[in-house]
Amino acid sequence: MTSLNEQLQKQQAVSGPAALVRKGLKRRYRAERRFRLFGMLAVALGLLFVVILFSSIASNGYTAFRQAYVRLDINLDQAKLDPDNTRDPEVLGKASYRSLVRDSLYAMFPEVTSRSDKRDLANVLSNGADYMVRRAVMEEPGLVGTRQSFWVPVDDEVDMLIKGYIDRNVAESERRVSDKVIGWVDQLQRDGHLESRFNTLFFTNGDSRDAELAGVRGALMGSMYTLIVTLLLSFPVGVATAVYLEEIAPRNRITDFIEVNINNLAAVPSIVFGLLGLAVFINFFGMPRSAPVVGGLVLTLMTLPTIIIASRAALKAVPPSIRQAALAVGASPIQTITHHVVPLALPGMLTGTIIGMAQALGETAPLLMIGMIAFIVDVPQGVTDPSTVLPVQIFLWADAPERAFVEKTSGAILVLLGFLTLMNLVAVVLRKRLETRW
Amino acid sequence: MTKDTVQRAGKFHVDAIQEKAATGKTRGTVGDIKAVDPVMRATGVDVFYGDKQAIRNISLEIGRNEVVAMIGPSGCGKSTFIRCFNRMNDTIENCRVQGDIWLDDEDIYDKDMDVVLLRARVGMVFQKPNPFPKSIYENVAYGPRIHGLAGNRTDLDAIVESSLAKAGLWEEVRDRLEQPGTGLSGGQQQRLCIARAIAVSPEVILMDEPCSALDPIATARIEDLIDELRKNYAIAIVTHSMQQAARVSQRTAYFHMGELVEVGATDQVFTNPRTKLTEDYITGRFG
Repeated sequence: MTSLNEQLQKQQAVSGPAALVRKGLKRRYRAERRFRLFGMLAVALGLLFVVILFSSIASNGYTAFRQAYVRLDINLDQAKLDPDNTRDPEVLGKASYRSLVRDSLYAMFPEVTSRSDKRDLANVLSNGADYMVRRAVMEEPGLVGTRQSFWVPVDDEVDMLIKGYIDRNVAESERRVSDKVIGWVDQLQRDGHLESRFNTLFFTNGDSRDAELAGVRGALMGSMYTLIVTLLLSFPVGVATAVYLEEIAPRNRITDFIEVNINNLAAVPSIVFGLLGLAVFINFFGMPRSAPVVGGLVLTLMTLPTIIIASRAALKAVPPSIRQAALAVGASPIQTITHHVVPLALPGMLTGTIIGMAQALGETAPLLMIGMIAFIVDVPQGVTDPSTVLPVQIFLWADAPERAFVEKTSGAILVLLGFLTLMNLVAVVLRKRLETRW
Repeated sequence: MTKDTVQRAGKFHVDAIQEKAATGKTRGTVGDIKAVDPVMRATGVDVFYGDKQAIRNISLEIGRNEVVAMIGPSGCGKSTFIRCFNRMNDTIENCRVQGDIWLDDEDIYDKDMDVVLLRARVGMVFQKPNPFPKSIYENVAYGPRIHGLAGNRTDLDAIVESSLAKAGLWEEVRDRLEQPGTGLSGGQQQRLCIARAIAVSPEVILMDEPCSALDPIATARIEDLIDELRKNYAIAIVTHSMQQAARVSQRTAYFHMGELVEVGATDQVFTNPRTKLTEDYITGRFG
């Protein structure tokens, strides 16, 4: 009996359906493992690229956040600044701070006497040093007549030397910084007059021809104003369009035509939107050039399709039973939409908006067409002030010949990425808050 | 009876009706469509989905304090028909309704009829419980609030409490009114939907297979509730369960292929059906 059973089992094991399944099992598991491996490889590859990208940008860019400063003890001589003791801002503003700054530097190097050497020595300091002293005095006129110590930035070439980007072993003739200057810098360093500090100028200044004075503030504010305009225009218009097309409009040829064209619009190269903006907003409507308001309008045209398509998908995902429930208790179609459908679709709409905004933040080409590529030193104070945006600033700096702009470029990219991360973070938090748990 | 003959018996009737449909004639309804105290009266209702006619010339009355059960095989048009009473068919594209339905003495398909007002007077409960993803309180309060039925918060609280009480849910949820309605069990959700429907004090409640997604215990509770609600409302219920129809309804209407074949007192329809089709269906020969 037992042997018969065993025999039966053996036979089953060899030829029954179970045996067939078992035979195939190995192959199936192998395929599964292979698939999993491919998946992991793909993820690993993606991560690797991200790590390479970030580490290369960060390693190039982190030095942009530090800057060498020299401490100067400046005698704010009343005779030079305000001989009549008026404390009049106009008088104080017109005084020559340059000589004060230079004199204090010469005082540290009494051995430097020749005219050309003095000029070279003065060039160790940034051109912005005088302005910094001037600003301090203008803000606090009581300083006149006293002796104050100021930390002023060094010239970008010297900064590069201190950061080690200029090789001291190269022959002097092939080096941007002379042996003489290196000697002075070393002496300043020895005496503790030179210090590497956090580069606040990078975040408070607009663009500048002098690398050590160039900052991202102007571009950052420009990007922000542009994005605010874009958001204020594209979110309501996009959501309203999506709601109308999805919930209210009858399905017919006209709506089909509109839908096709919205999808087409999403595929139009962004520079075309720039040309459109130039032709329509600037040339026809006479709006200001290089202004965030025009940039925002152009980017609105660009982000609208993204927002509309995402919002429509979000609206489609709202279960019809909710609409029926609202209608059945007597809600009007608009109440149904505003009370139930849109709130439920809002997280999805926000995701689409954030994707659109992120695209807009990184967009360069259309903004070139409307003049946002101009060299603008002043930080914009509003949406009509001329300004540039972060990606365009990056492009401008990447094009600049000075060595110091290399780190500025990477630094600006880091700022851009930080801005982007912040935006996404806000979006994630908003989503989490608005998301309905079923 | 063999399986073959069952099929043939069913097929025969289906063929007969299709033939009649093709010739534009309908068999007409057997039995009395009238209710004792009618609230809603449908007369000669046809419904089309595009070119396809889903309902042919149906007349039926729904009376106060009674439950009318609509039974019939899948696709017979009973759900389509019940949705005519609160014009939910309006939301379906290509759907066309002909004929008249009267609520008291107003034609609900009249141009002057306000759909919002109609739906406030004729509530509906759906097949699948569909509470709003909001709190239990908000689910019930939504209708009264949009219609302005409550003057202040106290009134609203009272409406919510009485509606939940009428739906037999108050005792279970009184301590967690702020919790989401979607967190309740299926049966509780359906009772919440009933509470939501009665919160706007309708005259008629339409129920489209309200128990098909529920277990037997939850179903029994809803059936008890329907019997209770009958005291105050006119109720029309579509159901796939003949036992349910027999248990809860006073009158039963049997639909077949878009026609109302037979209507009458529930006892009579189930014990002594007058048409062969009805008999075949309730004895389980096809469906």
